[in-house]
Formats: sequence, structure tokens, C-alpha cells
Amino acid sequence: MTPIRLALLALAALVAAHASPAAAQTTLRVVMHSDLKIVDPIWTTAYIVRNHGYMVYDTLFAMDAKGEIKPQMVDRADLSADKLTYTMTLRDGLLWHDGKPVTAEDCVASIKRWAAKDSMGQKMMTFVKDMQVVNPKTFRILLKEPTGLVLQALGKPSSNVPFMMPKRVADTDPNTQIKDFTGSGPFVFKADEWKPGDKAVYAKFAQYKPRSEPPSGLAGGKVAKVDRVEWRAIPDHQTSVNALINGEIDMIESPPHDLLPVLSKDANVKLAQLNLLGGQYTFRFNVLHKPFDNAKVRQAVWWAFNQEDFLKAVIGNPQYYKVCKSFFPCGSPLETTRGLEALLESNFEKSKALLKEAGYDGTPIVLMHSTDLVVLANLAPVAKDLLEKGGFKVNMQSMDWQTLVARRSKKDPPEAGGWHAFLTSWTAADILNPVMTAFFNAGCDKALFGWPCDKEIESLRDQYARETDPAKLKTIAEAVQVRATHYPTHLPLGQWTQPAALRKNVDGNMNAPVTVFWNVEKKGR
Amino acid sequence: MLYRYLARRLIATIPVMAVVATFVFLLLRLTTGDPAAIIAGDNATAADVAAIRGKLGLDRPIVQQFAIWLGNIARGDLGESFFFKRKVTALIADRIEPTLSLAVCTIVLAVLFAVPLGVIAAWRHGSWIDRAVMALSVLGFSVPVFVIGYSLIYVFAIYLGWLPVQGYQRLADGFGGFIERLILPSVALSVIYVALIARITRTSVLEVMNADYVRTARAKGLADVAVLVRHVLRNAAVPIVTVIGLGIALLIGGVVVTESVFSIPGLGRLTVDAVLARDYPTVQAVVLLFSMVYVLINLLVDLTYTFLDPRIRY
Repeated sequence: MTPIRLALLALAALVAAHASPAAAQTTLRVVMHSDLKIVDPIWTTAYIVRNHGYMVYDTLFAMDAKGEIKPQMVDRADLSADKLTYTMTLRDGLLWHDGKPVTAEDCVASIKRWAAKDSMGQKMMTFVKDMQVVNPKTFRILLKEPTGLVLQALGKPSSNVPFMMPKRVADTDPNTQIKDFTGSGPFVFKADEWKPGDKAVYAKFAQYKPRSEPPSGLAGGKVAKVDRVEWRAIPDHQTSVNALINGEIDMIESPPHDLLPVLSKDANVKLAQLNLLGGQYTFRFNVLHKPFDNAKVRQAVWWAFNQEDFLKAVIGNPQYYKVCKSFFPCGSPLETTRGLEALLESNFEKSKALLKEAGYDGTPIVLMHSTDLVVLANLAPVAKDLLEKGGFKVNMQSMDWQTLVARRSKKDPPEAGGWHAFLTSWTAADILNPVMTAFFNAGCDKALFGWPCDKEIESLRDQYARETDPAKLKTIAEAVQVRATHYPTHLPLGQWTQPAALRKNVDGNMNAPVTVFWNVEKKGR
Repeated sequence: MLYRYLARRLIATIPVMAVVATFVFLLLRLTTGDPAAIIAGDNATAADVAAIRGKLGLDRPIVQQFAIWLGNIARGDLGESFFFKRKVTALIADRIEPTLSLAVCTIVLAVLFAVPLGVIAAWRHGSWIDRAVMALSVLGFSVPVFVIGYSLIYVFAIYLGWLPVQGYQRLADGFGGFIERLILPSVALSVIYVALIARITRTSVLEVMNADYVRTARAKGLADVAVLVRHVLRNAAVPIVTVIGLGIALLIGGVVVTESVFSIPGLGRLTVDAVLARDYPTVQAVVLLFSMVYVLINLLVDLTYTFLDPRIRY
């Protein structure tokens, strides 16, 4: 070998010896609140699927940390002077995970599929005359009459979120699950690595083009700072806590409240309040059957209940709950105590007096009690106690949540397999206004289980949908709340939060009503 | 003769499986809960739920549903999961390795510890060793497997940091990681089987040890170990093998708690998830599979007798 060749070889070896090693991949291992079984966030409202949607898809608009709707995929949204035409122009450089550009046609098809399933979308579409594609980056929404609902609906943070999909996917019948998981979000779903009951895997989408502004809530620049996110299914809470302490996972989305003291003691773990608005407990009436067919009897429940007892029984630590006498979450733009000031203070005498006025004959209230969900299990016994103190007779029937879900859809009389009441929880992002709040739908047969039927509430909700002045929206929301004290559809039983638990080398989690993984960094492996 | 016996036993599984199939089908449909309502979600209307029920075929008469399902089973089609939207056979295939691995490790551990313990206890009948083995086996029966599991996790995973808390690694992804993750769950699960097998072994060996041929073997001058292994154990084996066989069959179906505590994605967890979600096709298929395994293991155990005891012939 010639000296020159030898020298070149030596040089190459020297360079190779000092070359930096290939960057190691960062993987964030997370235990979410549930296992991912379904992957179509339009087909189902399940929160885990919504969270999956935020990984893989993007939205035209999104809600920021102040609760304001901001453009996300949209570069510009112009409203005509007569308020009847929205012209939406997409940002440059938006790509699907298969490399094809996102087009206006994709967006129009996606809006249609979403609106076919979502109640707020359905409401929005009652105002829509037509949607037209103007050019590959621009589309128009033509309205029959002005409404403030369009941006609120297209930027709604929770299920069903109007995620954008390629037209070929969005053309799928909304009652059939999609089989193609192509999105344009900051992560790609690794369907080949998905093992339901074990793990779901997401890889950073290198061609994602984030907005330039900093991230805020669900809006702003979505920068994926980890290469991989793995959602691990660990059904046993104690095991997931042990795994976090041992460093085998990096984050638990919703550790149960009774295990928080264990986590907070560990030197390598921190607790973080990510969803500052949290959730709201709710008592739902079935108005079809005696005695709750009588509004006055339902009003008595307003007087019998108080929020503190429920929150103490389930959450326990006041750091994680708050009494909030408002249907619209405290800390949200429409928060108000109008009409509820004197209520929810357990004035049992007043409750009994109302029952007497209403002619309550002692019919036992069939109260469904779900036993297997930690965040709900203690609610019904508290409700039973307070109702009985308030003069009601109560027949509490215990069952697992899935049985409750099946039974609550029945309209049969309570003594024949039906029900009078049950308790549940809504995430705050789902109840921010009277149109979005499903339990306020008082459209009789068109309403959700419970089937309230009240023209005044429906008229107020229609007014809300039509109103374009944000200042007047609050007045209408207050009117809905006041009306609900006379015609109770459901009762708000307090607000609660559940912090996430993270290893201390994980940072950047967004304060948002949904757990998202852009901006999250993990130092070290 | 053996082949005829085998054929008879295999044919006899058909009515057994038919009874199991009928029972599980009816039981699921009699329990409360509606898979269509669960799938439809919280904001679904009655019309949405009805549409899903129709798509799943749940609005057909029960006899028709049963006939369709039986016909599919006969063709080897176990159906499609209501929730996962995947073939149930694929779901089971995905989950069978962890469960089998856990079951095999558990039974190997159990036999390796329990048989010698039981033999020693019988050989030293009445001594402190015998009493200790009996006391430990009572403890083994009494302490729930999840308590043992959590205790092992605390000591070996969190305090000592020797082993992982949870998870499963496939054999194809590396033997070291595969075994490392199976140690704690296998030990936790094996405790009750060690207790059971040790006790049966002790009783069975005690019975045989007083036999004339054992006395003769001793009188001939054979070492104690040779007497135990060549004469006593072989003759005591039938009840021991019976219990081991029952243990394997129960293990396959009984790993649920261990799989949950140690987060092993096996058939046990699949069954629990499917039951809670009212995923009828998955529950039906898994119960049928477990029943088939139980029947086949019983058959294998019966066939083993012919090797252990030449007097047993079919």
C-alpha cells in the first residue's frame, strides 16, 4: 500500500474514532388513564381516543391556555361583512404523514364527517348552507344566518374534536371505524407496533411544520421534542406507581388520589397539575318517571345537596378539589354563580318543604351506583345520605359502570329495570358553554339519557348558538343556569383535579384540558 | 387399545365443548350490560346504540346468533372482537405466549421445589423439617397471590433493584430480558402450587413408604436415595402427576391476578378486559379455549398413568 493511501486510511480512522455516536432515540413511556382499543376519534367520544387523536392529527383551530380559540392549521380565517361567509386559508407546508400536502378538500370532508357525529358539529351545520373548496389551500363556509358557533365548534378541545384527515379517510361512513391512520399531527401512529392491552407507539413526524408562536394550551407551536412516545397499558395502579418509582416508565397521566402521597415522597418523581380546570361531578335526573317528572321534586335536590361532601368522599385532599357553584367550570370564561347562590348548601328543611309542596308520595328514588371506577364509586352513597336527610326515600342499586351505561339508556320505569338518577363526571373541556354541555340538551327524545324536555332551555341554547357578541354570550349562559334551577336537568357537584406524576427528568408538559405530548422533553434515557 | 381409548376420549370432548359453548353464550347474554351502548359512548343517542347493535348482529334472535356463532366455530372462525376490531384468533395468538411462558415457568418452579420438599417431609416424617414444610404450605394456601406479588416487587424490584417491577419481553427479543421479567411473577404464582404439590407429594410418599417392597428394598441394602427415587417416588407418582396436571389446567385460566399485578399482556388480562367491556366474541372464544386446554391436559395426565404404572391399561 502506498504511503499516501496509508495516510488517508489513518486519517479516516482518526475521524471515525472522534465522530460523535449516532444520537440515541428518546422514548417517553407513559401510562395513560385507559388502554387504547379504538383508534377513530370521530367514531367514539372516549377520552383515550381523543388523546390519541391529538397525537396523530391536527385541527383547524385550537383553544389556548386562556380559553380563546386560535388558528392552528389555518393561516387566515376571514369573516365577511355580512357575517355569512368564512374564508379559511391553510398554512403553507402542511403535510400528511404519507408526504402528500394537506388540501382544502381534505378539510371540508373532515368537517363533514366530524359534524355528522358531534352534537356541537350538528348544531353548527344547522347554520351552514354550503362548504366550498376555492383552491387547494382555501375553502369557504357559507352560512344561512350569522352564528358565533363556527370557530367555537372547529376549535372545541374535547370529544369529538374536529381532527383533520385525508379526504380518502374522511369519506368513511362516520358510523364505521377508519382503517387508515394517516394524519398531519406532530406524531405518527405506529400501527405495526400497536398491541391493544399492551402498548401503543407514536414516532415523531419529522416533516411536521409547527406554528411559530410558543405553545399555549392546545394551540400555538406544537414541537415534538421526543422521538418516540409509548403508551403502556398497566391496569394495576400500584404497579404503575411502582414502575414510575423504579424508573421503568416516565409518566402516569392520572394516578389515583390515594396513591399521590406515595408518589410525592419519592425523590425522583414530581406531581404536576396539567389540566387546571379538571373535571366536574354531576348528578343526572331521569325526568320521564315519577317523582322526577315533577320539576319541583327535582328542585328539592338542589337544596338537599352540598358539594363539599361529595368532593371529600372521593378526592379527599382539598388541594385537588374546589367547591364551584357554577355549571360552567370555575376558571373558564362563562363561570358564574348566578341563580345558585343559596343552593347546594344542604338546607334539608327547605328540601322537605319543597317535597311537601310538590306532593311527594315517598316513591323510592332508584339511584344507580357504579362501583368499579375509583373516581365515581363514593358518590352515590353520599347522594343517598343527603337525599334521605332531605326527605327522599332512596333505593341505591350497585353495579359496574358498563351495566350502568347499558341501563341508563333504558326508558323503562325504574321499578322495571329503569332508573331515576346516577352520578358521573365530565371533563371541564366538555362543558364550557350551554351548547357544548350535552346534559343541557332539553330536546326531549333528542336529548341524552335523562331526556329533559324544556322549550326555554332549548330556546336559550339556540340564542347562544346564534349570538356573535362574546359579551352577550355570558348573559345567555347565565340565563340557562338560572332556568336550570327551575327546570333541573342535572346538578353540578364540584370541581376536581388529578395531577399527573412524572419522573423529574421529564419537563415541558402543557397546561391543557387534554394530555398532549408536544413540547415534552426527557433528559437522559 | 390405547389408540381406541384416545379416539374415544377425543370424541367425548365434543359434547363437553358443546355444553361449555352453550353455557358461556347464554351466560354472557343474560348478564347485565350492553356492548352496543359501551361502544357507542357517552354521547350516543338511542338510535346510535340501535345502529351499532344491528351492525354487531345483536338484534337478531338469540337462537340465530347462537347458530351463526356455532357455524363460524366449526369453520375455525372465532369471530371478530367488538372493540379491537380484530379477529379473535389474532388477539389470542398475540396474548398466548405471555400466558404460556408464565404458566410453564410457574409449574417448572413449583415442581422443582415442591416434589423434593414433599419427599423430604415424608422421609423425615414427624421431624421439624416435616412440620416446617407443612406450616409453609398452609401459608402458601392462605396468602393471596397479589400480596405475595406486591411483597416481591417491593423487596426485589424497588428496594434491591435486582429485577423489574412489571412488563413482559418476548422470547424473540432476548432470552435475558424474557427470563428477568418472568422471575417475580412465576415465583409469586408458584407459591400456592408449591404448597399444594408438596402436601400431596408428602401424603402419597408416606403411603408408599410403608409398603412391603420398600421394606424389601431397604433390607437389600439399597441407599435411601435409591429407595426414594427408584421405588417410592415412582409408585407415589400417580396422585402427584394428577395434581400437577390439574395445576397446569387451572394455571392457564387462573393467571389473571398475576398478569394484572405484573402487567403481563396475556390471556388472563384479555379475558378480564373482554368481560368488563362485554366483548362477547372474545370472552366466548377464550372460555372455549381454556375448556379445550383443560380437557386435553386431563387426557394427557390420564395417558401419563400408563407410563408410571404398568398396571394401568386402557
